[in-house]
Amino acid sequence: MDELTNVYVQESREQLAEMEARLLRLEQTPDDHDNINGIFRAAHTIKGGAGVVECHFIVTFTHFVENLLDSLRNSEIAVSPPLTTLLLECCDHMGNLIGVLAAQQAEPAADLLARGTALTLRLKEILDAVQPSTTGQSGIALHDDLVEVESYGGGVVNTDSWHISVRFGRNVLRGGMDPLSFIRYLGSLGEIIGIETIADAIPAAADMDPESCYLGFEIRLQTKATKADIENVFNFVSEECDLRILPPHSNVADYIRLLKELPEDPMRIGEMLVRCGALTQGEIDQGLQAQKTGSAATARECDQPPLGEILVESKVVHKEIVDAAIVKQTQIIEKKAHEAQLVRVHADKLDELIDLVGELVIAGASANLLALKSRQSELVEATSVLSRLVESIRDSALQLRMVQIGDTFTRFNRVVRDVAKELGKEIELSISGAETELDKTVVEKIGDPLMHLVRNSLDHGIESAAVRLERGKPACGRVSLNAYHDSGIIVIQVSDDGGGLNRERIRAKAIERELIQPGDTLSDNELVNLIFEPGFSTVEKVSKLSGRGVGMDVVRRNILSLRGTVEVSSVEGEGSTFTIRLPLTLAIIDGFLVGIEKASYVIPLDSVVECIEHKNLTGDRNFLNLRGEALPFVRLRELFETEGQAPARESIVVVQFSGQRAGIVVDQLMGEFQTVIKPLGRMFAHLRGIGGSTILGSGEVALILDVAALVNIVTRSEEERLLPHRNNPSFSALTSNSPAVQSGR
Amino acid sequence: MGQLVHTKGEAVAVKVVEAPSQYLTFALGGEMFAVGILNVKEIIEYGNLTEIPMMPDFIRGVINLRGSVVPVIDLSARFGGKSAELGRRTCIVIVEVTDEEMRHDIGIMVDAVSEVLDIPGSEIEPPPTFGARIRADFIFGMGKVAGKFVIILNINMVLSIEEIAQLTGTEDGVAAANIATS
Repeated sequence: MDELTNVYVQESREQLAEMEARLLRLEQTPDDHDNINGIFRAAHTIKGGAGVVECHFIVTFTHFVENLLDSLRNSEIAVSPPLTTLLLECCDHMGNLIGVLAAQQAEPAADLLARGTALTLRLKEILDAVQPSTTGQSGIALHDDLVEVESYGGGVVNTDSWHISVRFGRNVLRGGMDPLSFIRYLGSLGEIIGIETIADAIPAAADMDPESCYLGFEIRLQTKATKADIENVFNFVSEECDLRILPPHSNVADYIRLLKELPEDPMRIGEMLVRCGALTQGEIDQGLQAQKTGSAATARECDQPPLGEILVESKVVHKEIVDAAIVKQTQIIEKKAHEAQLVRVHADKLDELIDLVGELVIAGASANLLALKSRQSELVEATSVLSRLVESIRDSALQLRMVQIGDTFTRFNRVVRDVAKELGKEIELSISGAETELDKTVVEKIGDPLMHLVRNSLDHGIESAAVRLERGKPACGRVSLNAYHDSGIIVIQVSDDGGGLNRERIRAKAIERELIQPGDTLSDNELVNLIFEPGFSTVEKVSKLSGRGVGMDVVRRNILSLRGTVEVSSVEGEGSTFTIRLPLTLAIIDGFLVGIEKASYVIPLDSVVECIEHKNLTGDRNFLNLRGEALPFVRLRELFETEGQAPARESIVVVQFSGQRAGIVVDQLMGEFQTVIKPLGRMFAHLRGIGGSTILGSGEVALILDVAALVNIVTRSEEERLLPHRNNPSFSALTSNSPAVQSGR
Repeated sequence: MGQLVHTKGEAVAVKVVEAPSQYLTFALGGEMFAVGILNVKEIIEYGNLTEIPMMPDFIRGVINLRGSVVPVIDLSARFGGKSAELGRRTCIVIVEVTDEEMRHDIGIMVDAVSEVLDIPGSEIEPPPTFGARIRADFIFGMGKVAGKFVIILNINMVLSIEEIAQLTGTEDGVAAANIATS
């Protein structure tokens, strides 16, 4: 894909996103004229750009959208929900078309074309209904303009055509733009009656840079397009070129002003204007004469009011256009300033840097260790300064990967709107904490689970308006997305003010699915969190959106794979809140180092509850009395078949995971440390109980324990031995904390 | 030279095919083995190995190779024999294998590395159908060096990541069962 198309695709996507956001706002504030103008501008820019990159299918489709938007802008059509829905669909379709262009296909696929035609028909329908007389004109594509112009034949009336003088900037060619394509596209707006190339700026051959563009053009254009349309043709080079447009029926004085503004010699330009048919020689002479006599006056005039006001005074442009131009100018400046602060970097490069920094941390730690051994205080000091610096480098390197969660959140505006429409409910989305930052990989992977939770809230959480009013709530439901940092982790909440979870139905369902026994007493928290168990769905009717019963356990699994947790809290009748807790990054883990014989293992710190020292753990029973609670434990030494004798004093690390507790018996406790996770590779893909590895300061590799899987292995093997008749292995995973299994031996 | 290639292009091409490739030979349990030199990345001293629990015997553990974690395979256990004894000259040969377009570094534990040899294609015999006490698909061929046979390994098969991953998967269950019965 060439540079120009690339720029176009990227910018159009941004325009589309803006258009979509504005369309959503349109529903709330149908009277906001600036907003409608913004939508029109976005669509227009997309169309204009498509003309420049010569992508006809986008031009054709967007043209119809633009017609409709134009009527909307002129208040010929009222804003209505079906209309915005249609426009949003058009927006999607334009996105698809841009996708076709980006994929470098010549034509969109048949189904896409069919969708486009269907949408065009619907657009036409609305237009026809509103203004049957004018649609005949505005509904026709560009070709008709050409036909009309041709019918004028040779007898063109000079004064009713536009005059455009453009000077392309030096860097236009370097930017991948071809001046010719702009003129060609200009031709599609109407008929170019006359064109003169101004090559005066070309320096002597020796000084000329072949990559620079020195050309300018004086163009007479016969068109029905507005000034904005013409300006938009040059949108892509708007910062690079010097563009002046004179409307039809401009008086001679305007042309004279134009002559003076242009960098070239007025006489020379005058000649050009005559040649391209803008003015007659007589008019020029007369005008220049008049200019001379009143030059003192004009000079004063120029000092005082700014150009914009002069233009308005002389009725060259409408006041609104100037205002719009000023707004646009400031927008562009803001955007430029914003872009200047950003550097686009390939994600791989970033990953490489973070890998290297990880190495640096390890190497620094080992240097530190050696320094300590050497007992040279100066060396120790130097290395400790070094490791502090390395740590700050690591922190800022990790910071590079952090992105704001806001973009992920705002995507849900559209989801909420569409789903609410589909369900016939009134729901608004409120977003807070959009500026909360977290690792890019986490952001990418959290999208799907979030989508599921939001859809679930929309579908099952929020009641229909009638029920809501009956319960004394506002008819409009509310779903909120919230994110914040909490002691090294990020918390994302999806909450709704709907009906909340029905405890009785959950209990009944859980008993039916044999997740719990009828006599079991569960805490409220345990009960509501049963909805995350596989195969659990409380809604009797399966709807299109959610409720296939695969949802919540998939959500939990996805989040667990990000080393996060999810839980729900709910007040019946008032709503529910899903809380997702995630680590800030996947690359680094806070670990707790333990030792068995010479080997070191890392237990993720967030699962460690406490450590207790215990003597004489001999005996057959693998559980102990921890403040009245029977705590089952795993002897790591036995599980890992480590050779050697257990020391007299062993330690137990009490870990907690998904609501259950267990002890892990180890030889020594070696303290907390932060470490870079190294995956073990494909060869160990089936290894369970070990989550990964890390490199210690000494250069040795330490394994990171996957506590939940470890306990599972032990539970399963015990069960296989003790309950040989039960051939339902999946059951064991659910009840692994059941004391009955542990004490029933 | 250019002319020579030009006129005797065919002969040169034939020569390329027959050009002796180089092999790294090493001792393992008293026998000589060889791997193509192009697979070998480096040879390092044995040490600082971290054992991985609940793994089959032939996976000795992992080492830290300048920041990346590399698994080490005990070749004699992989061939179905006993675990290799540690000796004074025990080394780890780091080889690169390709698995599904991905390159992996794997260490193999050998008793001693001997030398790099040129073994011309004509000196390589097809492997015997049985009798080598090593799976036939592990053997690329039998190289004749000074009247003796050297077993040239098909290293991509010996260190097939997929196969090893599967073995570790089943072994995991076995290990778990061991605990239960212990």
